[in-house]
Amino acid sequence: MENYYLGVDVGSVSTNLVVIDENNEVVIKKYLRTQGKPIKVLQKGLNEIKQKSGNLKIKGVGTTGSGRQLASVILGSDIVKNEITTHAVAAIQFKKDVKTVLEIGGQDSKIITLKDSIVTDFAMNTVCAAGTGSFLDRQASRLGIDIKDFGNYALNSKNPVRIAGRCAVFAESDMIHKQQLGHNQEDIIRGLCEALVRNYLNNIGKGKDIKPPIVFQGGVAANVGIKKAFENALQTEIYIPKHHDVMGAIGSAILSKEEVKKKGRSKFKGFNITDLNYKVRGIDCNDCANMCEIIEIVADKKTIARWGDKCGKWTNALKGEDQELA
Amino acid sequence: MKITFPHMGNVYIAGKGMLEDLGREVILPPPCSKKTLEIGTKYSPESICLPLKINIGNYIESIERGADTILLTGSCGPCRYGFYSVIEKNILQELGYNVDFIVFDPPEGKPSKLLNSFKKAAGTDNAIKIFKGFYKGKKIIEKADNLTKLSNIKRAHALYPEKVDNIMHDFYKNIEDVHGSNEILSLINYTSKKINSVKEKKQSEYMKVGIVGEIYTIIEPFVNLEIEKKLGHFGIEVEKSLTPSKWLSHHMGLGNIGISEERKKWKAAKPYLRTLVGGHGRETVGSAILYAKEDYDGVIQILPFNCMPEIVAESILPTVQKDYDIPILTLVVDEMTGEAGYLTRLEAFVDLLKKRREEKKNGELLLRG
Ligand code: SF4
Ligand code: SF4
Repeated sequence: MENYYLGVDVGSVSTNLVVIDENNEVVIKKYLRTQGKPIKVLQKGLNEIKQKSGNLKIKGVGTTGSGRQLASVILGSDIVKNEITTHAVAAIQFKKDVKTVLEIGGQDSKIITLKDSIVTDFAMNTVCAAGTGSFLDRQASRLGIDIKDFGNYALNSKNPVRIAGRCAVFAESDMIHKQQLGHNQEDIIRGLCEALVRNYLNNIGKGKDIKPPIVFQGGVAANVGIKKAFENALQTEIYIPKHHDVMGAIGSAILSKEEVKKKGRSKFKGFNITDLNYKVRGIDCNDCANMCEIIEIVADKKTIARWGDKCGKWTNALKGEDQELA
Repeated sequence: MKITFPHMGNVYIAGKGMLEDLGREVILPPPCSKKTLEIGTKYSPESICLPLKINIGNYIESIERGADTILLTGSCGPCRYGFYSVIEKNILQELGYNVDFIVFDPPEGKPSKLLNSFKKAAGTDNAIKIFKGFYKGKKIIEKADNLTKLSNIKRAHALYPEKVDNIMHDFYKNIEDVHGSNEILSLINYTSKKINSVKEKKQSEYMKVGIVGEIYTIIEPFVNLEIEKKLGHFGIEVEKSLTPSKWLSHHMGLGNIGISEERKKWKAAKPYLRTLVGGHGRETVGSAILYAKEDYDGVIQILPFNCMPEIVAESILPTVQKDYDIPILTLVVDEMTGEAGYLTRLEAFVDLLKKRREEKKNGELLLRG
């Protein structure tokens, strides 16, 4: 029977799950909205994979994204990795000699530079809205067009207008201004794409050594208008992987495969975890002036993880209980 | 008179010991916490830099604990906010707190004014007494900084780094209950011994990271989200380019070591930055270069959001990174900084450094083979 590996990327906007085979080919892919309920969404995603695949033999699990720790506790993952490393791993798998990875997702954007398959530099932006997918979503709905067609509109533009503005708020008001001046939609949309790319390159791209080959990934990579704007700005071809929207999950699945090969076995808890009842509890510790907020994960009345204490008192207590049980 | 002063790393330990030796009662602000930041943010001008906001939080929390006299310090860096003490005094007065102020501004320029402040805080005119107290204070800060340094290295070496965390947690808890320099120094000694006895991993080489940037963010663990602890848990030795004891020996002109160290940094920075840009901008660039020359694996710059001197340095660091082939990560902190994104960057940086080390080793093997 073939071996498969599960990669999970839990972000604040979306939760992605992929299953890859021994050759790192994606066999199942799920893209779900997190909607503030990461555990529920994880269970749902896992359930869907179970339904779809019958009983695939999952040999390893990797988690990434801002909710990677949580996902790891729930699933029993073999490796927990930050999203910069996992995105880089997936990009290298797609294009071996990649030197720059541009990533724009719904919640954040990143840039990674590499040399000989080793990350040399990176930057990540979690604050500026003008550089993310949500900004485009909002502008599309403002213009009354489907975000899926957004890119094509841009490609049809003959005379792009320059949308000024370093941040989302200014860009938005300038766009409205240009609309009132009577510019046509195609030109405005192309202007928006160019503004986003300019912001990206001036913010997180600042001071970075952007060299080809360049891979562009993240949800926004589906937007041909942005791709074209990057190509114009950087004067080189941009490569977009087929599964550009789940590269973090792919990267963590690949890493889990390597980890399990080293360790010889997996910590995956199995598909049954979809039946358990999870609760997240917050505890305020008042035992010293640090006043930590402890987060506790409870599965069917048993506490399975804690974090947030500065002194280690709560986490260590849990380790003690574990030992007693064992 | 119940005296208090703001937090900045280990400085409070020395301040407490020194004043208690002189028979003064000291009220320590509680350790910086989210609450401190909340209070400070609420009562400070929005655009002011982070260190000032936290100072304000410290003062108010101390007043709530009963303090009636506040020692105000000058700016953390001689930049456009060289008037920290003036702004802080204004804020507290406007809030209607009925407290006394004793202002300490950096000694450059008017040493006599500083001396008067010392006299007032010490509650005596006896110069010998003051000098003695000061001497003890300096000793405490040096010992306390050494303890921090020791724990930072030990954490990387320890088989169970949490052990080091526990010992240090106890130390900071107990320091509130011991009084006077002698008791404090013996607690420091006792703690050092405990740290030294923590069991180490069987490993001979460790990765090293140097921390540069704005002094307050480097020194105060709450503000830098305990970066030393986080790196220690990754097995990385941490060295800080600025510490209270280094600052003291430079600014007080005490001991030539401090002065020559700053000179070395300025000299290293010279090809990139000739003039003073305020704060420690020049030192940041210089320190990064010195760390690169000393074969550190990487450098991390930390700065508060909109700290001008450090922004100047930040724009120069990519060139240093290229010229000296050393990875440099810049981390910006402010009241919105989320721990998740911060940790992600740190982890990714550590991954990068580890890979680089592996590659270097492989390369050396190839050359030798
Ligand atoms: S968890 Fe530890 S550090 Fe945090 S408040 Fe409680 S005793 Fe203090
Ligand atoms: S050095 Fe930076 S943080 Fe310190 S006072 Fe100046 S601007 Fe503010």
